[in-house]
Amino acid sequence: MDKLDVVIATDCGSTTTKAILIEKQGDTYRQTFRGEAPTTVEAPFEDVTRGVLNSIQEIEELSGRRILDGERIITPATSEEGVDLYVSTSSAGGGLQMMVAGVVQAMTGESAQRCALGAGAIVMDVLAANDGRLPHEKIERIRQLRPDMLLLSGGTDGGTVSHVVELAEFIAAADPKPRFGSGFQLPVVFAGNKDARDQVEQVLGEKAALTVTDNIRPVLEQENLAPARHAIHDLFLDHVMAQAPGYPVLIGWTGAPIMPTPGAVGQIMQTISRRQDINVVGVDIGGATTDVFSVFGEVFNRTVSANLGMSYSISNVLASAGLPHIMRWLPFDMDEAELRDRIKNKMIRPTTIPQMLEELQIEHAIAREALRLAFVQHRELAVGLKGVQTERTLSDVFDQSASGESLIRMLDLDLLVGSGGVLSHAPARPQTAAMLIDAFLPEGITRLAVDSIFMMPHLGVLSTVDEKAATDVFERDCLIYLGTCIAPVGQGKDGEICATYTLDLPQGQQQGDLRVGQLLQFDLADEAEADIQLQPAKDWDLGPGPGRPLQTKVRGGIVGLVLDGRGRPLQWPQDEDQRGRSVAAWAQSLNLYRQ
Amino acid sequence: MAHAYTPGLRVTAQATIEKQRRLPLQGEVLVEAGEQVGRDQIVARTQLPGDVTTLNLVNRLGTTPAELPNYLLKKEGDPIAKGEPLAENKPFIKWFKTIVESPIDGTLESISSITGQLILRTPPRPVEVNAYVDGTVTQVLPGEGVSIETHGAFIQGIFGIGGEYGGELILVSEDPDTVVEAQAIGPECAGRIVVGGSLLTSQAIARAREVGAVGLIGGGIRDQDLRELLGYDLGVAITGTEDIGLAVIVTEGFGQIAMAARTFDILRACAGRQASVSGATQIRAGVQRPEIIVPDLENSPTTQAVQSHEGGLQEGDLLRVIRAPYFGRLGKVSDLPAPLQQVESGVHVRVLEVEFDDGSRALVPRSNVELIEE
Repeated sequence: MDKLDVVIATDCGSTTTKAILIEKQGDTYRQTFRGEAPTTVEAPFEDVTRGVLNSIQEIEELSGRRILDGERIITPATSEEGVDLYVSTSSAGGGLQMMVAGVVQAMTGESAQRCALGAGAIVMDVLAANDGRLPHEKIERIRQLRPDMLLLSGGTDGGTVSHVVELAEFIAAADPKPRFGSGFQLPVVFAGNKDARDQVEQVLGEKAALTVTDNIRPVLEQENLAPARHAIHDLFLDHVMAQAPGYPVLIGWTGAPIMPTPGAVGQIMQTISRRQDINVVGVDIGGATTDVFSVFGEVFNRTVSANLGMSYSISNVLASAGLPHIMRWLPFDMDEAELRDRIKNKMIRPTTIPQMLEELQIEHAIAREALRLAFVQHRELAVGLKGVQTERTLSDVFDQSASGESLIRMLDLDLLVGSGGVLSHAPARPQTAAMLIDAFLPEGITRLAVDSIFMMPHLGVLSTVDEKAATDVFERDCLIYLGTCIAPVGQGKDGEICATYTLDLPQGQQQGDLRVGQLLQFDLADEAEADIQLQPAKDWDLGPGPGRPLQTKVRGGIVGLVLDGRGRPLQWPQDEDQRGRSVAAWAQSLNLYRQ
Repeated sequence: MAHAYTPGLRVTAQATIEKQRRLPLQGEVLVEAGEQVGRDQIVARTQLPGDVTTLNLVNRLGTTPAELPNYLLKKEGDPIAKGEPLAENKPFIKWFKTIVESPIDGTLESISSITGQLILRTPPRPVEVNAYVDGTVTQVLPGEGVSIETHGAFIQGIFGIGGEYGGELILVSEDPDTVVEAQAIGPECAGRIVVGGSLLTSQAIARAREVGAVGLIGGGIRDQDLRELLGYDLGVAITGTEDIGLAVIVTEGFGQIAMAARTFDILRACAGRQASVSGATQIRAGVQRPEIIVPDLENSPTTQAVQSHEGGLQEGDLLRVIRAPYFGRLGKVSDLPAPLQQVESGVHVRVLEVEFDDGSRALVPRSNVELIEE
């Protein structure tokens, strides 16, 4: 591509299609205008391009720039009209729904799951030779689910053949039909033992659209997910998207392959992590699902909690977390039956918004639990490879963290990014910060941010064409920095000193004690930096080790600095009255709900 | 700003309703376009592939997958009967002979020389689709199903459980505010669709099931009672497959809420007539609400086919507030201020002013109202 001055990007979500305009200003790229329109994949329109054109039209109206010539995107850009590039992501029609299979559940099964999730799929089920189900139950399950695609893995190269072929036989017996496009064969990616390729082709060749790629687990000690992820992206375009209403036309408009929305978010997070050399956790909480992304070191993981969300799935948060876990975040009492009815009414009328403060507090309590549970699920999958033999010394014998160790080390987390309606559109930013801190319980020093208009998918797909354009916009326009959370790790008695602090803030130096159970807030603007010194009490850790001091620079944000002395894991008062008073005090110290 | 509107639930005394009746797999359509059909009449039929059973013979016969074909008495595609020998080994001593018998009636679908696995399939199961409503076949989708058109009352509920049923409507409440208690439901409700006023109590639901009612309609239900009825906490609103013997439909929501007067009046007027009901609800993209259809084939329709309200909100429109603090109250739009306004929760939203039936007025977010469609 010769020049890249103007870019239009869309994300076709299941309810809304969001468009953003990116323009080069001097040497840097900035996001300038945005538009949105209802997605038109379903009846009565059944053509995704209607929603795309409507969202672009809104940008035309706002920016005064002509982008469309009838139903054609004008390229290349001149100073008055057109764009140089159009890119898009899509999660419309339920996104990419996959089933995965591996021989051993905790080994190739888990690798296959990580592979599909990282590619942006919802994993409907994981089949494994040892998953405890009888063969006919597995076959019945494949037939029932009607996935968009299936990933078959299993066996290290040179390892078991018969178990892999057996799984292929189950798939063949189920003769599954894809969700879209009756009369088409179901795409199946085989990424298992290379010695089983011929047999798998023999079994599945005529029953499915089979693609063979490199083994995702060539040896036990190594996971090789990239080739299978690329195959999934290609098949997503060629088979899944090409069958969805209007997509064949849309594919013709784009200057880069359309990516599944979560796959694109993963892409931008990996790019940022690499360029800034930081560890990142991101979350996107929607009405039906919650996605969690993490990049620690160079390892990227994504999970999707398919039934944790704030509208369609709100009742499921109640069912999964249990009522007491939701009620504990509320500073007031509420009749259980009444709360249950209110939550169900939100489920059946998902577009309503809280008019009363009490209703907002209830939604925020539910959001904390949805986020917490989604993160628990993420930590379970974002682990080191299981089944790997490691050399163990005598000291390791007492250490339980051999293989399958969690990759999510909260003390090493640098940036926590939230997005999705309840976080992005909270009436006050401190509410967003509080929900993120309470749900994720960051440890040590962690910067907090929110993607205010969910621009990460657009930037992810753009980064595959031009990394600079994507990172320019990410750093300048995408994130709203909330501030930095400083949380010593430890447990203690309520009111005891857990750390002493000296903060060199632009408004003057602040010194004091952080006590167990306390939450403190200090103003520090977005662009500002502050030198801080902290001396944790014995057994309390801020990163350098228990009782060891920490001196560093931190950056601010809309909320500023939050010092969290509530302990990790969070210490709840035993007494019910005291719990209510604590929750109210925490809300007051962050000025969450102005009465 | 993209065009925004608040779709409401359809509640009408006279409408033309079209229902598509489709098979889950390709099959045979049994009726023709223009034909009059009754709700229980089968309009299409197909065969669902049978269940699969696997049988690994390698260990049982003490052989290898590659040698397995030498021991088999059947080949791929052969019909098999339960107890019929499928394979046998040939030992030197006859007493050690092992015979593997088929565990099912069906066919031998495949034999794997890699894993030694046999895949057996039971015979196909017939699946039939009925007309669901009394009406006329307007279109035949060859091999897939039909469209059936009917005229009459059409009411969408907000939430339901249970599948499709048909029966006579019977009224058990005098007015839309009356809570439906168990004693209101007697043996005369057997095989009928019971219409109540506001809350459906758990005792009333239990009684309706006990007497054999096929439907129960009311303004609201308590979530606690729903959990008791289902035996689990409903996490996601995708319903219709619950095997509870009847369809339960609420028109307003969760809690004790009076049925909208208009809905109640239509149902009262239809008492004694045959109706089709479905509790199936799906609240995701592609929303499906539970419904009550009361065909009236003798009178020609006076209104157009069912379609949702696609215009914007207008002053004078009838509405129902669907969130606290005015949850369940009815009124009409008295003003539509354009600028965003901050409500008590701190949220900045577009609001409307509603004048309630008692003449009082209040501002509510536009997304918290539902149009009552005529």
